[in-house]
Amino acid sequence: MAAVYNLFIINKSGGLIFYKDYGSAERMDTNDSLRLASLWHSMHAISQQLSPTIGCFGIELLQADNFDLHCFQSLTGTKFFVVCEPGAQHMEGLLKVIYELYTDFVLKNPFYEMEMPIRCELFDLHLSQAVQKERVFILGR
Amino acid sequence: MQFFGGSAAIGITPSPAAPPGTATSLSGNNANMLYIFNRNGVCLLYREWHRPLRTLDAQQDQKLMFGLLFSLRSFTAKMDPTSVDKGNLGVPLLPGQGCSYHSFQTNTYKLSFMESPSGIKLILVTHPKTGDLRDSLRYMYNLYVEYVVKNPIYVPGSAIKCELFNTNLDQYVKTLI
Repeated sequence: MAAVYNLFIINKSGGLIFYKDYGSAERMDTNDSLRLASLWHSMHAISQQLSPTIGCFGIELLQADNFDLHCFQSLTGTKFFVVCEPGAQHMEGLLKVIYELYTDFVLKNPFYEMEMPIRCELFDLHLSQAVQKERVFILGR
Repeated sequence: MQFFGGSAAIGITPSPAAPPGTATSLSGNNANMLYIFNRNGVCLLYREWHRPLRTLDAQQDQKLMFGLLFSLRSFTAKMDPTSVDKGNLGVPLLPGQGCSYHSFQTNTYKLSFMESPSGIKLILVTHPKTGDLRDSLRYMYNLYVEYVVKNPIYVPGSAIKCELFNTNLDQYVKTLI
């Protein structure tokens, strides 16, 4: 059983630029993942409007019956979110690590065009290492 | 309450309502607002205790809230990583069908959500540091059953105007941590 089920990265206009499955029951088809990503983008924006106080930056954690969703938005509006087991800890840390990997292996890649789907081998490699490490950490407790 | 696992732990004890102005000062002040929607998306009750920021008028705000809840519901049902056959995204779901959610939080608030089998949705917005409010929402649902549904002059589907319900709600909300 995986601790992290999925990882999504959405660009600032709501387009899915990266999706990776780490062991959910069924891999989502591309159209559905694109739809879910843009749906999340708009719900994230609506949640800011409904805030009772000022300074709201959108949903950080969604607790569903069968999973938790942790979301991190960078200053430039790129959103990273992981779908994990309910109650999984240290997901903020993992998201920070993923963000660092993104800046190092995607943004610094001279062939990468901004806001376009991410196809960087090194990013994939380091990402699976980070998620694997997280999994070992959780199972090791 | 056979719908919710049948535990009789949350017994309702309608205590006499405190006269206004007697609320103790050491009470928590965590709750921001409460929405109750029926299954058709009609806002039966909107109650607010602390809301400094209003971006929309009341009706638009309620519509937006219901829209968000509806979309989140289809989102979680489709996202559910533990089930295989999840149907299509955006198809209206019956209460209890598919994977639902019970709360989400942002840096400024936490929203807790409960849906009864009849499609009554209770939404409580509180301070982001508040703990798990699932039991509190069930208690509030019990209050709704006691003071609204059992009220003989209440017409189902209309806006709730039961004073006893409101006072009990206010009283209970003050105890939330």
